[in-house]
Amino acid sequence: MSLSIDEVRHIARLARIELGEGEAQDTLDKLNNIFGLIEQMQAVDTSQVEPMSHPQDVAQRLRDDIVTESDRRDAYQRVAPQVEAGLYLVPKVIE
Amino acid sequence: MIEASLKDLAAALRAGTLSSVELTTLFLDRIDALNPSLNAFITVDRDGALTAARAADARIAAGTAGPLTGIPLAHKDVFCTEGVRTTCASKMLAEFISPYDAHVVSQLKAAGAVMLGKTNMDEFAMGSSNENTHFGPAKNPWDTGRVPGGSSGGSAVAVAARMAPMATGTDTGGSVRQPAALTGVTGIKPTYGVVSRYGMIAYASSLDQGGAFGRSAEDCALLLSAMAGFDARDSTSVERETEDYTRDLGKPLAGLRIGLPKEFFAEGMDDDVRTAIDAALDQYRQLGATTVEVSLPNAKLAIPAYYVIAPAEASSNLSRFDGVRYGHRAPEYTDLADMYSKSRAQGFGAEVKRRILVGTYVLSHGYYDAYYLQAQKLRRLIAEDFIAAFTQCDVIAGPTSPTVAWPIGEKSDDPVQMYLQDIYTIAVNLAGLPGLSLPCGTGANDLPVGLQLIGNYFDEARLLNVAHGFQQATDWHQRMPAVG
Repeated sequence: MSLSIDEVRHIARLARIELGEGEAQDTLDKLNNIFGLIEQMQAVDTSQVEPMSHPQDVAQRLRDDIVTESDRRDAYQRVAPQVEAGLYLVPKVIE
Repeated sequence: MIEASLKDLAAALRAGTLSSVELTTLFLDRIDALNPSLNAFITVDRDGALTAARAADARIAAGTAGPLTGIPLAHKDVFCTEGVRTTCASKMLAEFISPYDAHVVSQLKAAGAVMLGKTNMDEFAMGSSNENTHFGPAKNPWDTGRVPGGSSGGSAVAVAARMAPMATGTDTGGSVRQPAALTGVTGIKPTYGVVSRYGMIAYASSLDQGGAFGRSAEDCALLLSAMAGFDARDSTSVERETEDYTRDLGKPLAGLRIGLPKEFFAEGMDDDVRTAIDAALDQYRQLGATTVEVSLPNAKLAIPAYYVIAPAEASSNLSRFDGVRYGHRAPEYTDLADMYSKSRAQGFGAEVKRRILVGTYVLSHGYYDAYYLQAQKLRRLIAEDFIAAFTQCDVIAGPTSPTVAWPIGEKSDDPVQMYLQDIYTIAVNLAGLPGLSLPCGTGANDLPVGLQLIGNYFDEARLLNVAHGFQQATDWHQRMPAVG
């Protein structure tokens, strides 16, 4: 398979990564090389194989539904680019 | 003193012939002297290290010291350290100061180890050469024109150049074992789930595992014993009793069955690497081990499967970097979507972006079965190959890397060539098995060659035993590059 430059732009949009005009072609070439490698997977018949999502086939642990964390909002917000009155600031979304 | 084992350092500290402040100062000064040429450290925390060293000296005086109390170490800059910046070698996190410690970091603090600083790496642990970094490449101390391997390149360099007696790393596809091999140190990646991932910045969560670098298997065993253990804050941490990984170090190797995967010895390995590996296997036979051919028929599919699974998980994990709660935010943007796109475009390096794009594509509508599901099925086949092989042998051995360290820049513009460097290590992560690399000889230009040992699930103590037995009979692990 081979991606088109429009597909690369579409993926970049989905991934929320701005792709400059000059970058698109180089990105396309490199992604196509990577997918060339990945395509080797398709040669194997896996119709009878169960997918393995994880090295340990164990169930997720459950815990009691009680508060275990202390309030550290100020510490966590100190690393944010822009906060005000305990809120994260972003550009206006709704007019 | 920079040559002493962790055991000897602990003995000297306990005997009072050396203080932790003196030892810490020695290594800090060595970092100051060597880091400009090797670039192993992104951040050095001299004040914090000396404060921790004074506390360690008090603890030693009080008689409450453990085996690592007062001994300096370096953390890969993927582990969050409260109050000391954690960059993941990315512009995205260049100014990030974590509000909490990773589990590994708090474990080692509790053990009294003294953190010297944070080491260079491939950005977000994506890479095999330590060239994908916002802070400039780390250099191989055996030849500063060559790469040290990656992604935990800085930690490997720090131990190889004796800038730190021990260092932490992480291994998603070979990122502890391969740099250990290329720099001539010992490195172990335990079974998936043994070391908590809490506070370890995520790349591919079903593969990421913390590991240890040391100058010997014995040193790795001591460090891993302090790092490992159940942690309820990591949902995939395994609930097992804490282990003393040094317990089997002295066991004789007579009767050990070493499996040699015929696929690893078929083609692709450079001749100089093969010669060193063959000599190491002869050494094992002299120590009483036997070798048996085993087969991992699906191992060749590990790289394609990995480059679907790891980017898929990465695209999900790295979606958290949006310029809102932490990390880089673009200075100029038109609206929220534009802020996300520009912040991520500016904050991530080229390889990280590529993997996010690959992951986004393989998870996107209509492609899930063909890529992600197929890769997970191959993952099962790869894991089953190992399980079958371990019915015939106790450990599996082979090369860690197909080549010795290569010149900086040689593969950095060709992602696929770079990916193929991890041909022998990636299958181990897909299966979730423990793996270790130990220096076993030299290849072209006197560069180190690493022997990889792969164990069955939770067989870390045996892997360390098998490596230690070799190191008792040889001196490859004691060779030191001429730096400084």
